[in-house]
Amino acid sequence: MSAFANIVAGGVFHAAVLFLVAAGLQLVFGVQKIVNLACGSFYALGAYFGITFIGYAHQYGVSEWLILPGLIISGLLLGFIGPPIERMLRTVYDRDESFQLLLTFALVLMFQDVYKFVWGANPRSLDSGYLIYGTISAGDFSVPVYNLLVIAAAIAVAAGLGGFLQRTNYGRILRATAENRAMAEALGVDVRRIYSVVFTLGAVLGTTAGALVVPTAAASLDMAIEFVIEAFAVVVIGGLGSMRGALAGALVGLIRAFSILLYPELEVLAIYLIVVAVLIFRPAGLFGRTLA
Amino acid sequence: MKLSAAAIVAACGTAALALLPLAVPPYYTGLMIPFYGYAIALLGFNLLFGYTGLLSFGHAMFLGVGAYGAAILSGVAGVKSFELVLLTVMFAACVIALPVGALCVRYTGIFFGMLTLAFGMLFHSFLFKFYYLTGGDSGMRVARMNIFGLEFARYNKIEFLAGPFYYYCLGLMIVAGFVMWRVVNSPFGLHLKTVRDNARKAEYLGVHVHRFRLAAFVISAAFGAAGGAILGFRVGLADPELVYWTQSGQLVFMAVLGGFSNFFGPIVGALTFTVLQDQLQSLTEYWRFVLGAILALMVIGFPEGIAGLAADLRRRIAGKTA
Repeated sequence: MSAFANIVAGGVFHAAVLFLVAAGLQLVFGVQKIVNLACGSFYALGAYFGITFIGYAHQYGVSEWLILPGLIISGLLLGFIGPPIERMLRTVYDRDESFQLLLTFALVLMFQDVYKFVWGANPRSLDSGYLIYGTISAGDFSVPVYNLLVIAAAIAVAAGLGGFLQRTNYGRILRATAENRAMAEALGVDVRRIYSVVFTLGAVLGTTAGALVVPTAAASLDMAIEFVIEAFAVVVIGGLGSMRGALAGALVGLIRAFSILLYPELEVLAIYLIVVAVLIFRPAGLFGRTLA
Repeated sequence: MKLSAAAIVAACGTAALALLPLAVPPYYTGLMIPFYGYAIALLGFNLLFGYTGLLSFGHAMFLGVGAYGAAILSGVAGVKSFELVLLTVMFAACVIALPVGALCVRYTGIFFGMLTLAFGMLFHSFLFKFYYLTGGDSGMRVARMNIFGLEFARYNKIEFLAGPFYYYCLGLMIVAGFVMWRVVNSPFGLHLKTVRDNARKAEYLGVHVHRFRLAAFVISAAFGAAGGAILGFRVGLADPELVYWTQSGQLVFMAVLGGFSNFFGPIVGALTFTVLQDQLQSLTEYWRFVLGAILALMVIGFPEGIAGLAADLRRRIAGKTA
């Protein structure tokens, strides 16, 4: 039973992080209609930068208790990369989607070497303990409080994003732009600005997720290309452009955890089997609207 | 007899490639083998992308079918004839592509790309995880095979690759190019272009859109497997890296680099990419960055690719002389 609980706890933590990245992907696709392969690279950037940031914080004697807020701040700081990259993508908005996909693929290639240049080819990990928040345990079952805090943070982000999109004026404008760009523009919406904001928001979700995961896992060059595929699976399962879908899809984190328990060979395979099944039977995803 | 521009280009290219081993060190001749592999795979890929308008982001799957097929046939089953291996893996690719394609071609655009990507990754994780069947991350060995029943036993592997196998692959590429040329210029090819340009209208005119897309998918899969068998034979190994999604991205990269709207574009792209990657790798460990920057520049500034640039240049020169 405790093994089961451990797996659920691990799966939910993974799902929480996945959700953040997938939400960024969804937001960008929903409004800008661009599938951003580079979202995994933002995730990796968040991880690497988080390590450096916390390292410096320690040197200046910042308390270890501030590791969680510190990582969140480091993720938010990385938002500055959003606008210039969005500016670059602007050149292909009117082109075929294959070009858009390729341009973000070019970004993936470039980012990977930038990380290699700055942080080296070997995986990096955070040496200071995130276990400072303690662990909760019952019998064999134990979960670090840090993991629970991250899960809570992801839920808060989900609620915050939902509220922002549904209830604020700016959120309504965003949704209107996603719905009909030309009409929004005609009504006086500064679409360029919206795109810039949305892309930056998407990037920040990715970098923050990367920063949050770094106390529990090492940052490596491969994490960018591995994670984007998983985030992408989430998005497909949930439905492209749907926020609620990202939340539901993130539960593949759980499925993965269970398949490791039941039949290790199925670990990754299970996810893609679901993706294929969803695309065949419900191409718009579980929560998507039917797209042409 | 009046020669078409395409025939002249093809003849000059063939002559240059045939004379290449005399002009450059064996290292570069060996480097051309993956070029031939990619070129053949890309000829097929472009039937799907350039002519049918379907961007597959999982095409590396068929490279994998070719390479793993070659590994199983040569290593496990002990088949020594490369021709037999080629034909078998191409057939296997068709058999796999039929159901996969039937599911994928119902969609276009980004959904087609995603579904092919998902199938590609499905195949990758199968290769990666089922260790006892596929060797997992260490892959499967591809044994040396003979061509036309000739062993060339006195050559070692490198000499064999740089010598007889070089010309063998050149021949294969010419055959593949000729077949593809006939395909795209046949009524079948015209159907594909119609489907690409306006699927609804094509349907209205009585074209079975799905059936034609599926046919293009299957043909391109067979070409991909042939290319994959060559790649596997050259390295002597079939490993799951060959099927990873970044490899599929690289195939798209090559097609765009060369120019997918031109028949010879994919071949030019494969050549440029292979040479460029090799040179960059010897120059700097940050070759990915340079490749990425080149790709970004091509996508933003020269979406027609190298073939498009060449056509532009020719038009300009023609304009000056006129």
